[in-house]
Amino acid sequence: MNQQQKTNNKKQTTNNKQLITTSLVWSVPLIITAIFFWILGDIIWHGIGQISWEFLTTATKDAGRSGGIAPIIVSTVLILAVCLTVSIPLGVGTAILLAEFTREENWFGRLVRRSLDVLAGVPSIVFGLFGNALFVRILGFKYSILSGGLTLACMVLPILIRSAEEGLRAVPNDYRFGAACLGICRTSTLWHLLLPAAVPGLLVGLVLGVGRAIAETAALLFTSGYVDHLPTSLLDSGRSLSIHIFDLSMNISGGDPNAYGSALVLIMLLLIINGMAAWITHRWLENRILYR
Amino acid sequence: MTLWKLKISSLFNRLQSQADLLLISILRILATITGAIVLFIVFFLILEAIPVLQDEGIVPFFTDSSWNPAEGLYNLTPMLLGTLFVTLGSVLIATPLGILSAVFCQYYAPAKIAYFYRRLIELLAGIPSVVYGFWGLVVLVPLINSINPPGTSLLAGIIILTIMILPTIALIADASFAKIPEEYLIGAASLGLSQWGTIVGVVFPAAKSGLFTGVILETGRAIGETMAVLMVCGNVVQIPRSIFDPMRALTANIALEMAYALGNHRSALFVSGLGLMGMIIILVVASEIINEQ
Repeated sequence: MNQQQKTNNKKQTTNNKQLITTSLVWSVPLIITAIFFWILGDIIWHGIGQISWEFLTTATKDAGRSGGIAPIIVSTVLILAVCLTVSIPLGVGTAILLAEFTREENWFGRLVRRSLDVLAGVPSIVFGLFGNALFVRILGFKYSILSGGLTLACMVLPILIRSAEEGLRAVPNDYRFGAACLGICRTSTLWHLLLPAAVPGLLVGLVLGVGRAIAETAALLFTSGYVDHLPTSLLDSGRSLSIHIFDLSMNISGGDPNAYGSALVLIMLLLIINGMAAWITHRWLENRILYR
Repeated sequence: MTLWKLKISSLFNRLQSQADLLLISILRILATITGAIVLFIVFFLILEAIPVLQDEGIVPFFTDSSWNPAEGLYNLTPMLLGTLFVTLGSVLIATPLGILSAVFCQYYAPAKIAYFYRRLIELLAGIPSVVYGFWGLVVLVPLINSINPPGTSLLAGIIILTIMILPTIALIADASFAKIPEEYLIGAASLGLSQWGTIVGVVFPAAKSGLFTGVILETGRAIGETMAVLMVCGNVVQIPRSIFDPMRALTANIALEMAYALGNHRSALFVSGLGLMGMIIILVVASEIINEQ
């Protein structure tokens, strides 16, 4: 075998190798995309026939096999409302303290951050256990929308705080220096300058938090409960959309068609929420570039 | 720079008015509550776990003959092994797929395709676990059933979990590849390395810590996942002998029995919750150690 042939052979193997790796790398996203559309397509295909104005506005009948999901939607919205009422002040307050009033190496700030990192990783079922022990039993809220909302509030805090903090940190320091030079106290600086400038970050956090809360099931199983009637107060048990899907598909034979309908409603809500977050971020980045 | 910062903050300190002091103390209280939630969770888990631990101790959870809380038998081993198998399986499959998908985004895909593919992965990450579980139940389980009954199995759990945790590793790997300095790639190119050679020889080592963090986070997600595993694994308390056997995970056990559990049974479920919490804390601490190095 002469030298020429050897180099040719070598070239051939490198080419082959490249072909293999390239096709490997392209096949993975193809598979993932296919699975994504399989899941989405299956749910849209079977769910679209279920959804109608009537489905969204009438009460559940026959344990959910027929009828609509109106009480489920009301419960879901109420749980979300409780969750946000508690988590927004806590989350935004913590984010302001971390971003504006503590130095990076401050022990208190580090401690809070570390504990938030752990909180972000806590499995949702453990939040459920915690909520059941504290809100349902010890505080005596029973299985209720209040218990469920409070449990979810603990869960969404890490996401909320992370985006809010990023939003605040993205505000240029000129704002702070300028305000300090004018002798404006920090409370007014925060209220009139920093928070308005950080609104997009706060909004993204809010939207992502809502997304996480709306998708949650395990934490609500034994905090907000299963009751599928229209709740009359926050102390009533209420079934969220995700639990409705779970219950229909696991415990109720013949519940699949309505489970598909509910799953489609849930997915559409999440797609809208996701789109909103993307849109806000996009607009925000655009504006910042213009500002510079 | 630090000195400059210190000077500014001391300037601020002098300017602090009454309102500022009030604001700061309110914020401190809020942040203390937020920071204490994790402690509260651990505290209440322990509080509820104490009764059974006092009566039985910790050993019976591994040595009792079966899991039958009504008769005072608390063997959690089948559930622990179930969680271990399903986690291990899904992490082993999702990690290479996720990393390859990030490689695709960064180095193979045209910019437009990469953009849409990233959006798609983000959407995949946002699909609720109950929807994955539902899809698994109505599509995947019958499919597996036609190959080897009963369908609800370890395999179904591994497949669903793989799809669920893949976005985690894919997004983190993508972000850590993006952080690799341009010079590394230029250097590799000037040495005449092939694209794949660059990725294996330069990109992977440079992004090592990010990839490890991704693996740890996806592991945490797999261990903690409840709904999907609950819906597709069959929930039979047994150690699965093949991937087609049904099994029950630790999280599914809690979700199934919490509704009617009383006394020591309830307490035993909190013990398993405490175990889950312990695993997650270890994983988070491990990821922070890796990050600091």
